[in-house]
Amino acid sequence: MRYLYVGGTPETDRQALTAIRGRVETDLGVAVREVELPDVEFAFDAGRGQYASIPVLEMLNRLCPVDALKLLAVTERDLFIPVLTFVFGQAQLGGRAGVVSLARLRQEFYGLERDDAVLLERAHKEVLHETGHLFGLVHCAERRCAMSLATSVRQIDLKDAALCAPCSARLRRYPRES
Amino acid sequence: MKAHWQILVVDDEEVMCESLAAWLREDGYGVDTAASGREALEKAQKKDYAIYFVDLKMPGGMDGIETMMQIRRLHPEASIIIITAYATVDTAITAMKEGAQEYIVKPCNPEEISLLVSRIVKVKNLQRENTILRKKLTRQYSVHDVISKNGKMQDVLRLASDVASLRSTVLIQGESGTGKELIARSLHNAGERAAKPFVAVSCAALTETLLESELFGYEKGAFTGAAQQRRGKFETADGGTIFLDEIGDISAKLQVDLLRVLQDRSFYRVGGSEEVKVDVRVVAATHVNLQLAVAEGKFREDLYYRLNVIQIRIPPLRERREDIPLLADHFLERLSHELGKDIGGISQGALKILMDYHWPGNVRELENAVERAMVTCRGPNLTEEDFSFLQQNSAAGKTWAVPAGMTMNEMEKLLITATLQRTGGNIKESASIMGIDRSTLYEKIKKYEIPR
Repeated sequence: MRYLYVGGTPETDRQALTAIRGRVETDLGVAVREVELPDVEFAFDAGRGQYASIPVLEMLNRLCPVDALKLLAVTERDLFIPVLTFVFGQAQLGGRAGVVSLARLRQEFYGLERDDAVLLERAHKEVLHETGHLFGLVHCAERRCAMSLATSVRQIDLKDAALCAPCSARLRRYPRES
Repeated sequence: MKAHWQILVVDDEEVMCESLAAWLREDGYGVDTAASGREALEKAQKKDYAIYFVDLKMPGGMDGIETMMQIRRLHPEASIIIITAYATVDTAITAMKEGAQEYIVKPCNPEEISLLVSRIVKVKNLQRENTILRKKLTRQYSVHDVISKNGKMQDVLRLASDVASLRSTVLIQGESGTGKELIARSLHNAGERAAKPFVAVSCAALTETLLESELFGYEKGAFTGAAQQRRGKFETADGGTIFLDEIGDISAKLQVDLLRVLQDRSFYRVGGSEEVKVDVRVVAATHVNLQLAVAEGKFREDLYYRLNVIQIRIPPLRERREDIPLLADHFLERLSHELGKDIGGISQGALKILMDYHWPGNVRELENAVERAMVTCRGPNLTEEDFSFLQQNSAAGKTWAVPAGMTMNEMEKLLITATLQRTGGNIKESASIMGIDRSTLYEKIKKYEIPR
């Protein structure tokens, strides 16, 4: 039996993490286990005031438990890749490690009042999205599908917290024991 | 359809290269990377990338602008996006002047890069669709449209190019579905007659009298129903090329008429007494062994030698198996547009089935097989499951015993009867299964008097 591990870095909201874990287990039909993850301060880029996601993925690969099918991290840190100003998350396509940042999913980031329900909904969609990449899914042209590309929270809000039928079918065909 | 568009990211900083490549792969594109301008050029020579992301500042004597200029020499149609961390108006102007399609400053907003790529791909999709439609409309095929890396096929293409500008008659021999008409059209289009008509006639599709009037035309009153004079295919093709497909099936009388045209470049319309002179290049094709037909007395020896001035033999697909993956990919790409299905590729397992199959219907059968698999495919790639019908065909072939003791004609009749029964009399499907033209099938049904 192999598991999808979901873990939070120390600063991550535990309540949100537990809720996300439960939802993913139901959505994807895979056994999910929680794992404690270290902080990602080593990935901090002082020039940009953000955290580089590639070293984070490298760390996750090293920490991946032996019985892990995949390992997805959730962090409060604002992530980036060098060519882009930010990323909501990043995953190795068909690989083992992925990460989702809650920083820009929070209403507070945009100067609005904190709303945990909105955060949870957005985080749920982004976790589904990055996990989908881990299972080899690419961006979907169907705007409502969780696998569609979102480059703003507005686009995330327009998505459903579910995969469309073809993406679900592709996910089901992915070998779970590999 | 994104996977068909290949992107090359060129940047000396590995982390920059890999992170952009990974981000684009998530979007469904096929992405390669290069760490220098030289490596980019090497890759560009081997693969046709649709979009290049090129970093402006690269060490090693070849910066982004120089790399872009060299790439444009190799692939003028490629879209090049220059990336830089140091935006100045001067460099932007230089980049655009030298042919960069876009100029982006890193780090850039994810939305910007995503919109940029999707806009370029949209235009490229339209351009490709336009090219396909234009080719379909004009059927302007050239030898470059023939997909093959097989040595024998390369010889065929070289010979076709060499003889394209000559007036000599060409005889193309090859099994059904090997692409005889494609080679004939390539010959015509590569020669000096390209601007003149190319007229194709399937000799097996018509009876002797109909074929005669079709080829040579007729005078008013030549036969019942000939209300006015009509020009034949030879006259229509004047100045150009006439392609006589399945030449081995023409009657003894037409063989004589055709011999006269080849000797004198003139003929008489049916019912006419006035000699008509034409300047037509004849390209004939056959799937039967004409030499054998001559030996058996079924085909005139003098006509055979008149036709066989230059002989091109197209090898069957089973003799050029290395072309199967290339052709399958080509059909997948073309049909993705036509069927509107976004199928990324063909799995290794599926490819093995294609490589192992014997392909009696040759390239046409492979095209039909890919189309059938794409229609029923429900996943992102074509898999073994999608080609299982081929394995059934092979299995059926293995358990079948050769009915020795009957003539070829008797066996052909049996095969056609059985196939028609299996398809419920559907001509199109039966012809496709047997890998022959519908016109050939009609002719054989008539010849063997098979009830439908």
